[in-house]
Amino acid sequence: MRHIISILIENEAGALSRVAGLFSARGYNIESLTVAPTEDPSLSRMTILTWGSDEVLEQITKQLNKLVDVVKVVDLSEAAHVERELMLIKVRATGKDREEMKRMADIFRGRIIDVTESTYVIELTGASSKLDSFIAALDAGLILETVRTGVCGIGRGDRILKV
Amino acid sequence: MMISGAEIVIRCLQEEKVDYVFGYPGGSVLHIYDALFKQEEVKHILVRHEQAAVHAADAYSRSSQKVGVALVTSGPGVTNTVTGIATAYMDSIPMVVLCGQVPTAYIGQDAFQECDTVGITRPCVKHNFLVKDVKDLASTIKKAFHIASTGRPGPVVVDIPKDITAQVCEFDYPKSVQMRSYNPVVKGHLGQIKKAVQILQEAKRPIIYTGGGVILSDAAEKLTQLARKLNFPVTNTLMGLGGYPATDKQFVGMLGMHGTFEANNAMHYADVILAVGARFDDRVIGNPEHFGEEKRRVIHIDIDPSSISKRVKVDVPIVGNVTDVIDEILKLLDGGFKADPEVADWWKQIDEWRGRNSLAYRQSNHIMPQYVVEKLYEVTGGDAFITSDVGQHQMFAAQYYKFDKPRRWINSGGLGTMGVGLPYGMGVLLANPGAQVACVTGEGSIQMCIQELSTCKQYELPIKIINLNNGMLGMVRQWQEMFYSKRYSQSYVTSLPDFVKLAESYGHVGMRIEKPEDVEPALRKAFTEHKNDLVFMDFIIDPAANVFPMVAAGKGLTEMILAEDI
Ligand SMILES: Cc1ncc(C[n+]2csc(CCOP(=O)(O)OP(=O)(O)O)c2C)c(N)n1
Ligand SMILES: [Mg+2]
Repeated sequence: MRHIISILIENEAGALSRVAGLFSARGYNIESLTVAPTEDPSLSRMTILTWGSDEVLEQITKQLNKLVDVVKVVDLSEAAHVERELMLIKVRATGKDREEMKRMADIFRGRIIDVTESTYVIELTGASSKLDSFIAALDAGLILETVRTGVCGIGRGDRILKV
Repeated sequence: MMISGAEIVIRCLQEEKVDYVFGYPGGSVLHIYDALFKQEEVKHILVRHEQAAVHAADAYSRSSQKVGVALVTSGPGVTNTVTGIATAYMDSIPMVVLCGQVPTAYIGQDAFQECDTVGITRPCVKHNFLVKDVKDLASTIKKAFHIASTGRPGPVVVDIPKDITAQVCEFDYPKSVQMRSYNPVVKGHLGQIKKAVQILQEAKRPIIYTGGGVILSDAAEKLTQLARKLNFPVTNTLMGLGGYPATDKQFVGMLGMHGTFEANNAMHYADVILAVGARFDDRVIGNPEHFGEEKRRVIHIDIDPSSISKRVKVDVPIVGNVTDVIDEILKLLDGGFKADPEVADWWKQIDEWRGRNSLAYRQSNHIMPQYVVEKLYEVTGGDAFITSDVGQHQMFAAQYYKFDKPRRWINSGGLGTMGVGLPYGMGVLLANPGAQVACVTGEGSIQMCIQELSTCKQYELPIKIINLNNGMLGMVRQWQEMFYSKRYSQSYVTSLPDFVKLAESYGHVGMRIEKPEDVEPALRKAFTEHKNDLVFMDFIIDPAANVFPMVAAGKGLTEMILAEDI
């Protein structure tokens, strides 16, 4: 099962390596990991996309909670939440492909944020599956470079992760 | 008044009432050693290898309940401590390791004696800190002691760059620690505790299974009260020995890979397991699939939620400090406890298993190692602190020395570190001056920290070293004999030193004992005439002796090989 774990952690040097080290030492999977300070700069929020059985997920949350720097842990996927990922993708945009690329970006609600004579950089936000479909919809030969942030997510409505 | 970082370190130790620091000096801790020199409250024990400093601090803690403290220099000083830190971590021992580091401005530049202390130790500490500002020094050390000793205890490393120890600031030692990210649970959930009591009342084939958590939380007395009230059989893990009096009739012995026939069967066939401060590890339950074949209900009390339902599914988890939770259970049972009448049949079954006498061992013209431990038990009146190393001798000590009190059995259960025995003895003696301390070891293990004989001389630590010398890495040999068709690959120790002369060269007393009839007189002599000497007792034992019962790796807990099968 796919899970999105959100972690509030003290914004200290080495906090990231404690979490990453825990995952590798115990053989847990990390599909993606994003981290940045929150509105309170003393705290960082981390989002980890992982998968595993219920037992493994129970251990992951317990082990994360055991880290001294970790303030809070929730499994966002346990209840209603929204998730987003940002992708920047650089494509070849010459000749007839130039118009086609613009059209594809529009269909996927992407924005072209950098333009040269031969390339576009398209910014696309959405669920990871939408980013996957966008890549699949393009002619692979035209893709020059992609970069994705990994998933971040937040609970819906009254579900709030705060200290 | 402004004082230096080095002085702050020492003042913190004084505030924490640390009486001994185990350490070894070097460049990056020279300021700290200088501050140490100028006072007398905190005494320093100069070991001969940093690994031993950490082991000794660890045993100081195990045998007292205070936090052990070690002090080492940067680079090689730190890397030498890693085995000791990992050993303490696996057994949840509260300890603070203070490490020197190169000056802040040099960090990351491959400076002389630089290593990434925080990175190297991270996976084997409860927490670690790098101090970047002298103003944070005192509060960081306070936090280190707090974290080490609360919740599930463990080692904490504090990495202190040299320039920080030279800078000055006001000393203000915080009275308490508040951390929003660290608030270990103490009290168990009352609803869960009530559920547990209900299940205990319904149990027909109960067992109380306890581990190191009982020792660490000083719950032995409470546990004993509870067990007596329930009149249920009790088994201990290797780490839990002494948590319940071994001479009591309710005690069925240690369980696990080298557990007794009755303990392993009772554990396997129990319909209710009350697990207290234990973690169902692989050396305890054997093959988890086999263990899972029996239907049973499990109540698990542990301070660490991640230990619960990790390897065995638990029906009633109770997260809390073992002492507090047992206290609550006792209160609930105050009105009286009525066990299921079928428990009487269970006891009959257990007595039948006991009748197999699974710790009986063969006689020999040579000294049998089991016999040495039995005599050691008699000669010391069962009241000694026994440290041990890792191997057959360790299992013999665990099986044949009947521990009636907690904190008397000091060994590396989790990591299984050869070499701990002698430095453990040092830590124990410093925490318990005047106590009888024996280190039951093997000729393989003792050589891994043998240099500490010198430390023992310097500080007059009269440890009795019981070297069960089989000329073999016996435990390795046992596995090779049983599972590798007797291909004894690298398990024979040749070129052993003359241990008697070796001991004498350090200024200690050495004895070689070769005949069974000499075992007891030699032990008596060591513990009376040589009470105040370190005595290295080299017992030349039957090299073919093996440890039984044995649950082979991957086998079920009841699939034991018994001595009589061989
Ligand atoms: C540091 C370390 N290295 C290797 C081992 C693996 N090991 C476990 S028992 C053992 C043999 C110990 O020999 P000895 O100390 O003579 O004890 P004996 O089994 O003969 O009683 C070895 C090598 C270990 N536990 N620790
Ligand atoms: Mg040996």
